[in-house]
Amino acid sequence: MKLLNLCLILLATVSSPAIFASEINSGDTAWILTSTALVLLMTLPGLALFYGGLVRTKNVLSVLMQCFAIACIVSVLWVLYGYSLSFYGEGNFFGNGDALFLSNVARDGLSVGYATSIPESLFVIFQMTFAIITPALVVGAFAERMKFPAMCLFSALWLTLVYIPACHMVWGGGLLADWGVVDLAGGLVVHATCGVAALVVAMVLGPRKGFPGPSLVPHNRPMVVMGAAFLWVGWFGFNAGSAWTAGTDAGMAMLVTHISAAVGALTWMTAEWFKTGKPTVVGIATGMVAGLATITPASGTVGPQGALLIGFLAGSVCFYATQLIKGTLKIDDSLDVFPVHGVGGIMGILLLSFLGTKGILSVGSSGDFNPITQFIIQLKGVGVIVLWTVIFTWIAIKATSLITSLRVGEEDESEGLDLIEHNETGYQN
Amino acid sequence: MKLITAIIKPFKLQEVREALIAAGIDGLTLTEVKGYGRQKGHTELYRGAEYTVDTLPKIKLEILIEDDKLKVVTETITSSAGTGKIGDGKIFITSVDDVIRIRTGETGGDAI
Repeated sequence: MKLLNLCLILLATVSSPAIFASEINSGDTAWILTSTALVLLMTLPGLALFYGGLVRTKNVLSVLMQCFAIACIVSVLWVLYGYSLSFYGEGNFFGNGDALFLSNVARDGLSVGYATSIPESLFVIFQMTFAIITPALVVGAFAERMKFPAMCLFSALWLTLVYIPACHMVWGGGLLADWGVVDLAGGLVVHATCGVAALVVAMVLGPRKGFPGPSLVPHNRPMVVMGAAFLWVGWFGFNAGSAWTAGTDAGMAMLVTHISAAVGALTWMTAEWFKTGKPTVVGIATGMVAGLATITPASGTVGPQGALLIGFLAGSVCFYATQLIKGTLKIDDSLDVFPVHGVGGIMGILLLSFLGTKGILSVGSSGDFNPITQFIIQLKGVGVIVLWTVIFTWIAIKATSLITSLRVGEEDESEGLDLIEHNETGYQN
Repeated sequence: MKLITAIIKPFKLQEVREALIAAGIDGLTLTEVKGYGRQKGHTELYRGAEYTVDTLPKIKLEILIEDDKLKVVTETITSSAGTGKIGDGKIFITSVDDVIRIRTGETGGDAI
Protein backbone atom coordinates (compact mmCIF):
# COMPACT_ATOMS: atom_id res chain seq x y z
CA MET A 1 0.00 0.00 0.00
CA LYS A 2 2.76 2.35 0.95
CA LEU A 3 4.58 1.38 -2.20
CA LEU A 4 1.48 2.14 -4.26
CA ASN A 5 1.14 5.57 -2.71
CA LEU A 6 4.73 6.33 -3.43
CA CYS A 7 4.27 5.24 -7.00
CA LEU A 8 1.23 7.48 -7.39
CA ILE A 9 3.05 10.47 -5.98
CA LEU A 10 5.99 9.86 -8.25
CA LEU A 11 3.72 9.46 -11.23
CA ALA A 12 1.84 12.68 -10.40
CA THR A 13 5.08 14.57 -9.94
CA VAL A 14 6.41 13.46 -13.26
CA SER A 15 3.23 13.75 -15.29
CA SER A 16 1.87 17.10 -14.09
CA PRO A 17 4.62 19.63 -13.73
CA ALA A 18 1.98 22.38 -13.96
CA ILE A 19 0.49 21.39 -10.63
CA PHE A 20 3.67 20.59 -8.79
CA ALA A 21 5.13 23.25 -10.93
CA SER A 22 8.28 24.92 -10.26
CA GLU A 23 11.07 24.76 -12.55
CA ILE A 24 12.70 27.66 -14.28
CA ASN A 25 11.30 28.46 -17.68
CA SER A 26 13.99 30.24 -19.64
CA GLY A 27 11.53 32.01 -21.94
CA ASP A 28 9.57 33.46 -19.02
CA THR A 29 12.77 34.37 -17.23
CA ALA A 30 14.17 36.14 -20.28
CA TRP A 31 10.99 38.17 -20.67
CA ILE A 32 10.78 39.21 -17.01
CA LEU A 33 14.48 40.17 -17.06
CA THR A 34 13.68 42.40 -20.03
CA SER A 35 10.53 43.75 -18.41
CA THR A 36 12.43 44.66 -15.26
CA ALA A 37 14.79 46.80 -17.30
CA LEU A 38 11.83 48.39 -19.07
CA VAL A 39 10.06 49.26 -15.82
CA LEU A 40 13.20 50.87 -14.38
CA LEU A 41 13.44 52.83 -17.63
CA MET A 42 10.01 54.25 -16.84
CA THR A 43 11.38 56.01 -13.74
CA LEU A 44 14.92 56.67 -14.94
CA PRO A 45 14.86 58.51 -17.21
CA GLY A 46 11.19 58.38 -18.29
CA LEU A 47 9.28 59.86 -15.39
CA ALA A 48 12.23 62.04 -14.36
CA LEU A 49 12.33 63.69 -17.80
CA PHE A 50 8.53 63.92 -18.01
CA TYR A 51 8.34 65.71 -14.66
CA GLY A 52 11.59 67.62 -15.24
CA GLY A 53 10.21 69.21 -18.38
CA LEU A 54 6.94 70.15 -16.73
CA VAL A 55 8.53 72.29 -14.01
CA ARG A 56 10.27 75.65 -14.36
CA THR A 57 13.91 76.13 -15.39
CA LYS A 58 15.07 76.74 -11.84
CA ASN A 59 13.60 73.45 -10.53
CA VAL A 60 14.53 70.99 -13.27
CA LEU A 61 17.42 69.42 -11.38
CA SER A 62 15.46 69.13 -8.16
CA VAL A 63 12.86 66.94 -9.86
CA LEU A 64 15.46 64.76 -11.60
CA MET A 65 17.24 64.49 -8.25
CA GLN A 66 14.07 63.50 -6.41
CA CYS A 67 13.29 60.70 -8.88
CA PHE A 68 16.90 59.50 -8.79
CA ALA A 69 17.13 59.57 -5.00
CA ILE A 70 13.81 57.78 -4.59
CA ALA A 71 15.01 55.04 -6.94
CA CYS A 72 18.06 54.51 -4.72
CA ILE A 73 16.28 54.81 -1.35
CA VAL A 74 13.48 52.43 -2.33
CA SER A 75 15.95 49.89 -3.71
CA VAL A 76 17.69 49.69 -0.34
CA LEU A 77 14.47 49.60 1.70
CA TRP A 78 13.10 46.90 -0.59
CA VAL A 79 16.11 44.73 0.24
CA LEU A 80 16.01 45.52 3.97
CA TYR A 81 12.32 44.85 4.60
CA GLY A 82 10.08 45.93 1.72
CA TYR A 83 10.08 42.68 -0.19
CA SER A 84 9.57 40.58 2.90
CA LEU A 85 6.69 42.64 4.28
CA SER A 86 5.06 42.66 0.85
CA PHE A 87 5.37 39.07 -0.28
CA TYR A 88 5.98 36.81 2.72
CA GLY A 89 3.34 35.78 5.23
CA GLU A 90 -0.42 35.69 5.33
CA GLY A 91 -1.36 38.87 7.21
CA ASN A 92 -4.27 40.96 5.97
CA PHE A 93 -2.26 44.17 5.64
CA PHE A 94 1.42 43.36 6.10
CA GLY A 95 3.48 40.29 5.39
CA ASN A 96 6.08 39.00 7.80
CA GLY A 97 9.81 39.25 8.36
CA ASP A 98 10.88 35.89 6.98
CA ALA A 99 12.86 37.44 4.15
CA LEU A 100 14.31 40.54 5.85
CA PHE A 101 17.59 41.47 4.15
CA LEU A 102 16.46 39.00 1.47
CA SER A 103 17.70 36.28 3.80
CA ASN A 104 15.43 33.73 2.17
CA VAL A 105 16.38 34.48 -1.40
CA ALA A 106 18.75 31.77 -2.55
CA ARG A 107 20.65 31.78 -5.82
CA ASP A 108 18.67 28.81 -7.09
CA GLY A 109 15.39 29.76 -5.38
CA LEU A 110 12.17 29.82 -7.32
CA SER A 111 9.77 32.72 -7.16
CA VAL A 112 6.95 32.76 -4.62
CA GLY A 113 3.26 33.19 -5.35
CA TYR A 114 1.87 33.30 -8.84
CA ALA A 115 5.11 33.61 -10.78
CA THR A 116 6.30 30.05 -10.53
CA SER A 117 8.65 29.74 -13.46
CA ILE A 118 11.20 32.47 -12.76
CA PRO A 119 13.97 32.84 -10.16
CA GLU A 120 12.99 34.51 -6.90
CA SER A 121 15.88 36.94 -7.33
CA LEU A 122 14.20 38.16 -10.51
CA PHE A 123 10.81 38.40 -8.83
CA VAL A 124 12.43 40.57 -6.13
CA ILE A 125 13.92 43.07 -8.55
CA PHE A 126 10.93 43.14 -10.91
CA GLN A 127 8.71 44.05 -7.96
CA MET A 128 11.37 46.50 -6.76
CA THR A 129 11.01 48.55 -9.94
CA PHE A 130 7.28 48.93 -9.22
CA ALA A 131 8.04 50.02 -5.67
CA ILE A 132 10.46 52.59 -7.12
CA ILE A 133 8.11 54.25 -9.56
CA THR A 134 5.17 54.63 -7.16
CA PRO A 135 6.69 57.13 -4.69
CA ALA A 136 8.48 58.74 -7.66
CA LEU A 137 5.06 59.45 -9.19
CA VAL A 138 4.10 61.33 -6.00
CA VAL A 139 6.94 63.80 -6.75
CA GLY A 140 4.53 65.47 -9.16
CA ALA A 141 2.38 66.59 -6.24
CA PHE A 142 5.07 68.38 -4.22
CA ALA A 143 7.38 69.48 -7.04
CA GLU A 144 9.00 72.93 -6.94
CA ARG A 145 8.58 73.53 -3.19
CA MET A 146 9.45 70.58 -0.95
CA LYS A 147 12.77 70.45 0.84
CA PHE A 148 15.05 67.59 -0.13
CA PRO A 149 15.57 66.07 3.36
CA ALA A 150 11.81 66.11 3.96
CA MET A 151 11.27 64.53 0.55
CA CYS A 152 13.64 61.65 1.36
CA LEU A 153 12.09 61.00 4.75
CA PHE A 154 8.52 61.25 3.49
CA SER A 155 9.17 58.90 0.56
CA ALA A 156 10.68 56.28 2.85
CA LEU A 157 7.78 56.53 5.30
CA TRP A 158 5.24 56.48 2.49
CA LEU A 159 6.76 53.38 0.94
CA THR A 160 6.55 51.66 4.31
CA LEU A 161 3.11 52.80 5.39
CA VAL A 162 1.27 52.88 2.06
CA TYR A 163 2.98 51.08 -0.81
CA ILE A 164 4.10 47.97 1.04
CA PRO A 165 0.73 47.24 2.67
CA ALA A 166 -1.12 48.00 -0.57
CA CYS A 167 1.22 45.67 -2.41
CA HIS A 168 0.72 42.95 0.20
CA MET A 169 -3.05 43.42 0.28
CA VAL A 170 -3.45 43.04 -3.48
CA TRP A 171 -0.47 41.00 -4.70
CA GLY A 172 1.04 39.42 -1.59
CA GLY A 173 -1.92 37.33 -0.47
CA GLY A 174 -3.46 39.92 1.85
CA LEU A 175 -7.01 41.14 2.38
CA LEU A 176 -7.86 42.26 -1.15
CA ALA A 177 -6.32 39.18 -2.72
CA ASP A 178 -8.57 37.07 -0.50
CA TRP A 179 -11.58 39.04 -1.66
CA GLY A 180 -10.67 38.32 -5.27
CA VAL A 181 -9.80 41.86 -6.37
CA VAL A 182 -8.33 41.83 -9.88
CA ASP A 183 -5.42 44.23 -10.43
CA LEU A 184 -2.92 42.95 -12.94
CA ALA A 185 -0.17 45.57 -12.88
CA GLY A 186 -1.14 48.10 -10.26
CA GLY A 187 -4.27 50.17 -10.85
CA LEU A 188 -4.70 50.10 -7.08
CA VAL A 189 -1.20 49.25 -5.87
CA VAL A 190 0.58 51.87 -7.98
CA HIS A 191 -1.79 54.40 -9.52
CA ALA A 192 -4.57 54.75 -6.94
CA THR A 193 -2.05 54.99 -4.09
CA CYS A 194 0.19 57.59 -5.78
CA GLY A 195 -2.81 59.59 -7.02
CA VAL A 196 -4.61 59.79 -3.70
CA ALA A 197 -1.33 60.47 -1.89
CA ALA A 198 -0.69 63.33 -4.32
CA LEU A 199 -3.93 64.99 -3.32
CA VAL A 200 -3.21 64.64 0.40
CA VAL A 201 0.36 65.92 0.11
CA ALA A 202 -0.63 68.84 -2.12
CA MET A 203 -3.26 69.92 0.39
CA VAL A 204 -0.98 69.60 3.43
CA LEU A 205 1.92 71.37 1.69
CA GLY A 206 -0.16 74.16 0.13
CA PRO A 207 0.15 75.58 -3.35
CA ARG A 208 3.28 76.91 -5.03
CA LYS A 209 3.83 80.66 -4.86
CA GLY A 210 1.92 82.15 -7.77
CA PHE A 211 -0.69 79.36 -7.99
CA PRO A 212 -2.99 79.52 -9.82
CA GLY A 213 -1.28 81.72 -12.33
CA PRO A 214 0.27 82.05 -15.73
CA SER A 215 3.85 81.79 -14.49
CA LEU A 216 3.71 78.08 -13.57
CA VAL A 217 4.19 76.60 -17.03
CA PRO A 218 6.50 73.83 -18.32
CA HIS A 219 10.02 75.04 -19.07
CA ASN A 220 10.98 72.32 -21.57
CA ARG A 221 8.26 70.64 -23.56
CA PRO A 222 10.62 68.54 -25.71
CA MET A 223 11.85 66.99 -22.45
CA VAL A 224 8.22 66.20 -21.54
CA VAL A 225 7.76 64.39 -24.85
CA MET A 226 10.98 62.41 -24.43
CA GLY A 227 9.94 61.34 -20.94
CA ALA A 228 6.46 60.39 -22.10
CA ALA A 229 7.87 58.26 -24.90
CA PHE A 230 10.10 56.39 -22.44
CA LEU A 231 7.03 55.81 -20.27
CA TRP A 232 5.07 54.38 -23.19
CA VAL A 233 7.77 51.88 -24.13
CA GLY A 234 8.58 51.05 -20.52
CA TRP A 235 4.93 50.37 -19.82
CA PHE A 236 5.11 47.29 -22.06
CA GLY A 237 7.32 45.77 -19.38
CA PHE A 238 5.06 47.06 -16.63
CA ASN A 239 1.89 45.41 -17.94
CA ALA A 240 3.06 42.57 -20.18
CA GLY A 241 5.73 41.68 -17.62
CA SER A 242 3.01 41.38 -15.01
CA ALA A 243 1.60 38.45 -17.00
CA TRP A 244 4.59 36.49 -15.61
CA THR A 245 4.97 34.38 -18.71
CA ALA A 246 6.39 34.89 -22.17
CA GLY A 247 3.13 33.61 -23.58
CA THR A 248 -0.35 34.51 -24.74
CA ASP A 249 -1.22 36.60 -21.70
CA ALA A 250 1.84 38.77 -22.16
CA GLY A 251 1.10 39.25 -25.85
CA MET A 252 -2.46 40.38 -25.21
CA ALA A 253 -1.39 42.59 -22.30
CA MET A 254 1.09 44.39 -24.53
CA LEU A 255 -1.47 44.81 -27.31
CA VAL A 256 -4.21 46.27 -25.10
CA THR A 257 -1.68 48.50 -23.34
CA HIS A 258 -0.62 50.00 -26.64
CA ILE A 259 -4.19 50.47 -27.87
CA SER A 260 -5.25 52.27 -24.71
CA ALA A 261 -2.22 54.57 -24.83
CA ALA A 262 -2.92 55.59 -28.40
CA VAL A 263 -6.65 56.13 -27.89
CA GLY A 264 -6.11 57.96 -24.59
CA ALA A 265 -3.64 60.31 -26.30
CA LEU A 266 -5.96 61.00 -29.23
CA THR A 267 -8.96 61.56 -26.99
CA TRP A 268 -7.18 64.01 -24.71
CA MET A 269 -5.78 65.84 -27.73
CA THR A 270 -9.25 66.12 -29.26
CA ALA A 271 -10.91 67.22 -26.02
CA GLU A 272 -8.31 69.95 -25.66
CA TRP A 273 -8.68 70.91 -29.32
CA PHE A 274 -12.40 71.44 -28.86
CA LYS A 275 -12.03 73.26 -25.56
CA THR A 276 -9.12 75.57 -26.37
CA GLY A 277 -8.93 75.61 -30.15
CA LYS A 278 -5.50 73.93 -30.46
CA PRO A 279 -4.12 70.42 -29.99
CA THR A 280 -1.01 70.60 -27.78
CA VAL A 281 2.00 68.35 -27.41
CA VAL A 282 1.81 68.32 -23.61
CA GLY A 283 -1.86 67.38 -24.01
CA ILE A 284 -1.28 64.40 -26.29
CA ALA A 285 1.54 63.16 -24.04
CA THR A 286 -0.59 63.49 -20.89
CA GLY A 287 -3.50 61.67 -22.53
CA MET A 288 -1.14 58.85 -23.37
CA VAL A 289 -0.09 58.52 -19.74
CA ALA A 290 -3.77 58.52 -18.70
CA GLY A 291 -4.52 55.77 -21.22
CA LEU A 292 -1.63 53.69 -19.86
CA ALA A 293 -2.55 54.20 -16.19
CA THR A 294 -6.15 53.23 -16.86
CA ILE A 295 -5.42 50.04 -18.80
CA THR A 296 -2.85 48.92 -16.20
CA PRO A 297 -5.14 46.92 -13.87
CA ALA A 298 -7.26 45.69 -16.76
CA SER A 299 -4.48 44.62 -19.11
CA GLY A 300 -4.62 41.03 -17.88
CA THR A 301 -8.30 40.52 -18.62
CA VAL A 302 -9.62 42.87 -21.33
CA GLY A 303 -9.29 42.35 -25.06
CA PRO A 304 -8.59 44.84 -27.85
CA GLN A 305 -12.17 46.13 -28.02
CA GLY A 306 -12.31 46.73 -24.29
CA ALA A 307 -8.98 48.56 -24.61
CA LEU A 308 -10.42 50.95 -27.19
CA LEU A 309 -13.18 51.92 -24.76
CA ILE A 310 -10.83 52.16 -21.79
CA GLY A 311 -8.50 54.43 -23.75
CA PHE A 312 -11.37 56.67 -24.74
CA LEU A 313 -12.68 56.97 -21.18
CA ALA A 314 -9.14 57.59 -19.89
CA GLY A 315 -8.53 60.45 -22.31
CA SER A 316 -11.85 62.15 -21.67
CA VAL A 317 -12.49 61.60 -17.95
CA CYS A 318 -8.89 62.30 -16.89
CA PHE A 319 -8.87 65.46 -19.03
CA TYR A 320 -11.89 66.85 -17.22
CA ALA A 321 -10.62 65.64 -13.85
CA THR A 322 -7.48 67.73 -14.42
CA GLN A 323 -9.56 70.86 -15.04
CA LEU A 324 -11.59 70.08 -11.91
CA ILE A 325 -8.69 69.60 -9.47
CA LYS A 326 -6.64 72.63 -10.47
CA GLY A 327 -9.29 74.90 -11.95
CA THR A 328 -12.33 74.38 -9.75
CA LEU A 329 -11.00 72.90 -6.50
CA LYS A 330 -7.76 74.95 -6.69
CA ILE A 331 -5.58 72.16 -5.31
CA ASP A 332 -1.99 72.50 -6.50
CA ASP A 333 -1.31 68.85 -7.30
CA SER A 334 1.39 70.44 -9.41
CA LEU A 335 1.92 67.90 -12.19
CA ASP A 336 -1.60 66.41 -12.08
CA VAL A 337 -0.81 63.09 -10.43
CA PHE A 338 -4.30 62.52 -9.05
CA PRO A 339 -6.40 63.28 -12.12
CA VAL A 340 -4.15 61.24 -14.41
CA HIS A 341 -2.96 58.33 -12.24
CA GLY A 342 -5.50 58.25 -9.40
CA VAL A 343 -8.60 58.71 -11.53
CA GLY A 344 -7.19 56.53 -14.33
CA GLY A 345 -6.12 53.66 -12.07
CA ILE A 346 -9.41 53.58 -10.16
CA MET A 347 -11.43 53.82 -13.36
CA GLY A 348 -9.51 50.89 -14.86
CA ILE A 349 -10.05 48.82 -11.72
CA LEU A 350 -13.82 49.35 -11.95
CA LEU A 351 -14.15 49.05 -15.73
CA LEU A 352 -12.42 45.69 -15.88
CA SER A 353 -15.36 44.14 -14.03
CA PHE A 354 -17.43 44.67 -17.16
CA LEU A 355 -14.91 44.77 -19.99
CA GLY A 356 -12.60 42.05 -18.72
CA THR A 357 -15.02 39.17 -18.50
CA LYS A 358 -15.85 36.68 -21.19
CA GLY A 359 -19.01 37.55 -23.05
CA ILE A 360 -18.81 41.34 -23.08
CA LEU A 361 -16.74 42.71 -25.95
CA SER A 362 -15.70 39.14 -25.71
CA VAL A 363 -12.89 38.69 -28.20
CA GLY A 364 -9.71 38.45 -26.20
CA SER A 365 -11.30 38.87 -22.78
CA SER A 366 -10.15 36.29 -20.28
CA GLY A 367 -11.79 37.06 -16.92
CA ASP A 368 -14.00 34.36 -15.53
CA PHE A 369 -16.26 36.35 -13.26
CA ASN A 370 -19.75 37.78 -12.99
CA PRO A 371 -19.54 41.50 -13.87
CA ILE A 372 -21.81 42.75 -11.09
CA THR A 373 -20.32 40.58 -8.37
CA GLN A 374 -16.82 41.53 -9.49
CA PHE A 375 -17.74 45.23 -9.62
CA ILE A 376 -18.76 45.10 -5.94
CA ILE A 377 -15.48 43.37 -5.07
CA GLN A 378 -13.46 45.92 -7.06
CA LEU A 379 -15.39 48.80 -5.46
CA LYS A 380 -14.64 47.46 -1.98
CA GLY A 381 -11.00 47.18 -3.01
CA VAL A 382 -10.96 50.81 -4.13
CA GLY A 383 -12.59 51.86 -0.85
CA VAL A 384 -9.97 50.11 1.27
CA ILE A 385 -7.00 51.40 -0.73
CA VAL A 386 -8.27 55.00 -0.92
CA LEU A 387 -9.07 55.12 2.79
CA TRP A 388 -5.77 53.48 3.74
CA THR A 389 -3.82 55.83 1.50
CA VAL A 390 -5.52 58.98 2.81
CA ILE A 391 -4.91 58.04 6.43
CA PHE A 392 -1.35 56.79 6.13
CA THR A 393 -0.16 59.44 3.68
CA TRP A 394 -1.38 62.04 6.13
CA ILE A 395 0.46 60.29 8.96
CA ALA A 396 3.63 60.06 6.85
CA ILE A 397 3.65 63.74 5.89
CA LYS A 398 2.75 64.91 9.41
CA ALA A 399 5.43 62.71 10.94
CA THR A 400 7.94 64.16 8.47
CA SER A 401 6.91 67.70 9.41
CA LEU A 402 7.60 66.96 13.08
CA ILE A 403 11.18 66.02 12.25
CA THR A 404 12.11 68.52 9.56
CA SER A 405 10.43 71.42 7.78
CA LEU A 406 8.55 70.44 4.64
CA ARG A 407 8.82 73.55 2.48
CA VAL A 408 11.50 75.97 1.43
CA GLY A 409 10.95 79.64 2.33
CA GLU A 410 9.25 82.09 0.01
CA GLU A 411 12.43 83.70 -1.30
CA ASP A 412 14.13 80.33 -1.74
CA GLU A 413 11.12 79.06 -3.66
CA SER A 414 11.49 82.03 -6.02
CA GLU A 415 15.20 81.43 -6.35
CA GLY A 416 14.52 77.81 -7.30
CA LEU A 417 15.25 74.48 -5.62
CA ASP A 418 18.19 73.67 -7.92
CA LEU A 419 20.38 76.35 -6.41
CA ILE A 420 18.90 76.42 -2.91
CA GLU A 421 18.75 72.68 -2.25
CA HIS A 422 21.56 71.38 -4.43
CA ASN A 423 23.93 74.26 -5.26
CA GLU A 424 23.66 73.39 -8.93
CA THR A 425 21.87 74.86 -11.90
CA GLY A 426 20.33 72.99 -14.81
CA TYR A 427 21.45 75.35 -17.54
CA GLN A 428 24.54 77.54 -17.86
CA ASN A 429 24.60 80.67 -19.96
CA MET B 1 9.99 112.98 -19.26
CA LYS B 2 12.03 110.52 -17.28
CA LEU B 3 13.18 106.98 -17.98
CA ILE B 4 13.23 104.91 -14.82
CA THR B 5 15.54 101.90 -14.98
CA ALA B 6 15.14 99.63 -11.98
CA ILE B 7 17.16 96.50 -11.19
CA ILE B 8 15.22 94.27 -8.82
CA LYS B 9 15.19 90.77 -7.35
CA PRO B 10 13.34 88.38 -9.67
CA PHE B 11 11.02 87.07 -6.99
CA LYS B 12 9.77 90.61 -6.29
CA LEU B 13 8.60 91.19 -9.86
CA GLN B 14 5.01 90.23 -9.28
CA GLU B 15 4.65 92.57 -6.28
CA VAL B 16 6.34 95.46 -8.06
CA ARG B 17 4.12 95.08 -11.11
CA GLU B 18 0.97 94.99 -9.03
CA ALA B 19 2.08 98.07 -7.07
CA LEU B 20 2.90 99.98 -10.28
CA ILE B 21 -0.44 99.12 -11.84
CA ALA B 22 -2.14 100.33 -8.65
CA ALA B 23 -0.13 103.56 -8.94
CA GLY B 24 -1.45 104.14 -12.45
CA ILE B 25 1.55 103.06 -14.53
CA ASP B 26 0.25 101.42 -17.69
CA GLY B 27 3.33 99.99 -19.35
CA LEU B 28 6.89 98.86 -18.81
CA THR B 29 9.67 96.93 -20.51
CA LEU B 30 11.19 94.01 -18.68
CA THR B 31 14.52 92.26 -19.27
CA GLU B 32 16.10 89.31 -17.50
CA VAL B 33 19.64 90.37 -16.73
CA LYS B 34 22.68 89.23 -14.81
CA GLY B 35 25.12 91.25 -12.80
CA TYR B 36 26.77 91.78 -9.47
CA GLY B 37 27.10 94.46 -6.83
CA ARG B 38 27.62 94.21 -3.11
CA GLN B 39 25.68 90.96 -3.03
CA LYS B 40 28.29 89.24 -5.24
CA GLY B 41 27.42 85.86 -6.71
CA HIS B 42 26.75 82.43 -5.29
CA THR B 43 28.61 79.14 -5.07
CA GLU B 44 27.84 75.99 -6.98
CA LEU B 45 29.21 72.46 -6.65
CA TYR B 46 30.80 70.07 -9.10
CA ARG B 47 31.86 66.64 -7.82
CA GLY B 48 32.72 67.92 -4.40
CA ALA B 49 34.50 71.04 -5.62
CA GLU B 50 33.00 74.43 -4.94
CA TYR B 51 33.13 77.18 -7.53
CA THR B 52 31.79 80.69 -7.61
CA VAL B 53 29.30 81.96 -10.11
CA ASP B 54 30.02 85.67 -9.88
CA THR B 55 26.80 87.02 -11.36
CA LEU B 56 23.25 86.85 -10.10
CA PRO B 57 20.01 86.89 -12.06
CA LYS B 58 18.05 90.13 -11.75
CA ILE B 59 15.13 91.77 -13.50
CA LYS B 60 15.59 95.10 -15.24
CA LEU B 61 12.47 97.26 -15.55
CA GLU B 62 12.30 100.27 -17.86
CA ILE B 63 9.45 102.72 -17.33
CA LEU B 64 8.89 105.97 -19.18
CA ILE B 65 6.93 108.59 -17.23
CA GLU B 66 6.03 112.28 -17.04
CA ASP B 67 8.20 114.27 -14.62
CA ASP B 68 5.39 114.71 -12.12
CA LYS B 69 5.07 110.99 -11.54
CA LEU B 70 8.73 110.52 -10.66
CA LYS B 71 8.29 110.56 -6.90
CA VAL B 72 5.29 108.22 -6.94
CA VAL B 73 7.01 105.68 -9.15
CA THR B 74 10.32 105.60 -7.30
CA GLU B 75 8.56 105.30 -3.97
CA THR B 76 6.35 102.54 -5.28
CA ILE B 77 9.31 100.53 -6.55
CA THR B 78 11.38 101.15 -3.42
CA SER B 79 8.64 99.95 -1.11
CA SER B 80 7.47 96.98 -3.19
CA ALA B 81 10.90 95.65 -4.23
CA GLY B 82 12.60 96.06 -0.89
CA THR B 83 13.45 93.24 1.51
CA GLY B 84 15.95 95.21 3.57
CA LYS B 85 18.76 92.86 2.61
CA ILE B 86 21.78 93.35 0.36
CA GLY B 87 20.82 92.69 -3.25
CA ASP B 88 17.50 94.54 -3.41
CA GLY B 89 18.74 96.47 -6.45
CA LYS B 90 18.91 100.07 -7.68
CA ILE B 91 16.87 102.66 -9.52
CA PHE B 92 18.44 104.86 -12.21
CA ILE B 93 16.70 108.01 -13.40
CA THR B 94 17.46 109.44 -16.83
CA SER B 95 16.05 112.50 -18.59
CA VAL B 96 14.54 111.73 -21.98
CA ASP B 97 14.38 114.23 -24.88
CA ASP B 98 11.33 112.90 -26.63
CA VAL B 99 9.25 109.80 -27.32
CA ILE B 100 7.36 108.81 -30.45
CA ARG B 101 4.52 106.29 -30.68
CA ILE B 102 5.29 104.39 -33.88
CA ARG B 103 1.68 103.60 -34.82
CA THR B 104 0.33 107.16 -34.69
CA GLY B 105 3.40 109.35 -34.76
CA GLU B 106 2.30 111.06 -31.50
CA THR B 107 5.13 112.62 -29.52
CA GLY B 108 5.90 113.72 -25.97
CA GLY B 109 3.39 113.13 -23.17
CA ASP B 110 0.74 111.88 -25.60
CA ALA B 111 2.98 108.99 -26.60
CA ILE B 112 3.57 107.65 -23.10
